[in-house]
Amino acid sequence: MQEKTEIDGKGYWRAVLRLTLSLLVIWFLVSYGAGILFRDFLDQVRIGGAPLGFWFAQNGAIYVFVALIFYYCWAMGRLERKFGLKG
Amino acid sequence: MMDQDFWTYFFVVLTFGLYIGIAIWARAGSTQDFYVAGHDVHPTVNGMATAADWMSAASFLSMAGLIAFLGYGGSVYLMGWTGGFVLLALLLAPFLREFGKFTVPDFVGDRYYSTTARVIAVVCTLFISFTYIAGQMKGVGVAFSGFLGVPFEWGIGIGMVIVFIYAVLGGMKGVTYTQVAQYVVMIFAYTVPAIFISLIITGNAIPQLGFISNVRGDEISMLDKLNNVVTGLGFGAYTETSKSKLDVFAITGALMFGTAGLPHVIVRFFTVRSAKAARYSAGWALVFIALLYTTAPAVGAFARLNFIDTVNEATYIEDGENYEESAAAIVADGGKPVPLWYKDWEKTGLLSYEDLNGDGIMQYRGPNAPDGLENELSPSNDIFVLANPQIAQLPGWVVGLMVAGGLAAALSTAAGLLMVISSAVSHDLCRKTLFKDMNDKTELRVARGAAASAVFAAGLLGIFSSQLGFVAQVVAFAFGLAAASLFPTIFLGIFWKRMNREGAIASMLFGLVSTFSYIVYFKFVDMDPTHWFLGVSPEGIGFVFMLGSIAVGMAVSMMSPAPPQEIQDIVEDIRVPGLRQALSAEPDGAAH
Repeated sequence: MQEKTEIDGKGYWRAVLRLTLSLLVIWFLVSYGAGILFRDFLDQVRIGGAPLGFWFAQNGAIYVFVALIFYYCWAMGRLERKFGLKG
Repeated sequence: MMDQDFWTYFFVVLTFGLYIGIAIWARAGSTQDFYVAGHDVHPTVNGMATAADWMSAASFLSMAGLIAFLGYGGSVYLMGWTGGFVLLALLLAPFLREFGKFTVPDFVGDRYYSTTARVIAVVCTLFISFTYIAGQMKGVGVAFSGFLGVPFEWGIGIGMVIVFIYAVLGGMKGVTYTQVAQYVVMIFAYTVPAIFISLIITGNAIPQLGFISNVRGDEISMLDKLNNVVTGLGFGAYTETSKSKLDVFAITGALMFGTAGLPHVIVRFFTVRSAKAARYSAGWALVFIALLYTTAPAVGAFARLNFIDTVNEATYIEDGENYEESAAAIVADGGKPVPLWYKDWEKTGLLSYEDLNGDGIMQYRGPNAPDGLENELSPSNDIFVLANPQIAQLPGWVVGLMVAGGLAAALSTAAGLLMVISSAVSHDLCRKTLFKDMNDKTELRVARGAAASAVFAAGLLGIFSSQLGFVAQVVAFAFGLAAASLFPTIFLGIFWKRMNREGAIASMLFGLVSTFSYIVYFKFVDMDPTHWFLGVSPEGIGFVFMLGSIAVGMAVSMMSPAPPQEIQDIVEDIRVPGLRQALSAEPDGAAH
């Protein structure tokens, strides 16, 4: 079992915050961004038979959300190993 | 219909028997079993249970229909009710699991070293959960009365008995494993008809791909055709909305942050072993939810197109007439008879037709119809999912499965809410506030008693609220309040060490009072949208007040003393996985 003093808790937390923030930027961009704020611009492009912005709002954002969470799980595992935490 | 009734009873009885069987198998022996299923649920299994817990009667029955009518405007539900899981996974669930407690008020009470904060969190939790559960019980009543001809109140009564058996007996453990079974029933019932509808309309078997494909045998995309058809009848274009961008933004925000702050969703992550398991669990939950949520917009669009295609301009056949003979006569005259599924569903009151111009033909029109004709048809939101199997001409057993799926959606959510209500009362109110010397055995008895009374109260609420008819409006409460009162307090409690008792109390009270007053005022007193604050509707106001609540919480914290050192240490510990459990003497923390 790890002793508290052996772990660089502060460094680990900074890395976690950096990861969280960058993923939240993507989270914001695919939903509020692509689906709402910039949708008119994106709608000029089509994915299959759907305007791209509309598609992001109804389907695309959800796929990215799923990918974001699993990437987060993987990246957190990597951080825990890097900082010598038990997984 | 004989065959139909048989299959409906068959699936309902079969699935109910299954749920009760699981409850007996998974009986809870301790408060830890009862509240958090012994902290021992596999992440994937918990993900599935969370999906069933989360997807309510509204997701299953109403959402696709809502999207069918709202078009792009329906996107707020799709993004809002899924994006919240990203917030849960990244900001709340793993840290709350690391904290290692049983309930949401438990976290608030301990983190903010305050019984007052705990009691306010209990009030928020009870308010949110009771609002939500009323809709579920109503859904159960509707399913029973619509399909099995059982009176509405009896339907709710049967639902109450079933939930009583598996929630009171099995606690969280029983609820978890029944939710897994309910998810399987639900997703099967939802996707099978969706695949067939997609094949009929687009020729593509995968609804998500059919959604962006061309209409079968045509050069025009399904969505373009839908746009042409609806604007031709005087509705707004399907891929547009009349709502302002700001309002769409705010509603999506309220639903996302509200989802992340809903106690019955958060507690599901207390049932897994570790913070890591909680993260994976959130991912799996969203995978299982996405299966239904990415299918729903396709079902909505197909259903709208199909409805207009088969029902608009059809010649109505009166109830007394022989359907086959009249239909054949109409076809012989070169007309289009009203489809048989329409006649079947008309009896449930989910569809209605009023022949305003007396021509016997059913005109479906929007507010700006180019031909100036009046609309004579009013289909309810729920009809599209329910009638899907018949529209796709699927065999009778699929319809039976659909009913079982709708009941599974309502019951699984109701059970999750009951667990939250009972633990808030027995654990936070009784053991942690009123009777601090209560032992584990007594607490378990109180928890069962609280769950039993909550079932009863929820049933009455279901009957009462549907008589008043404002279930749909009060759902805005649940999300708005969860976003504005619980989310900021939990989030700041993890990410800002300086957040103290005074800040938490001020923040929760601000969120609760402001959101509650705004919704009540604009839903029941002044219903003029031009008076809305910044043009934000009551559905979206939770997002605005959430930002306000964070600001209030931070300002008040800065003006009052910092939290005690041991609390700040705990906050540091829950940020680093494994640390708190290694250091803590909590029996549930040391379980592995």
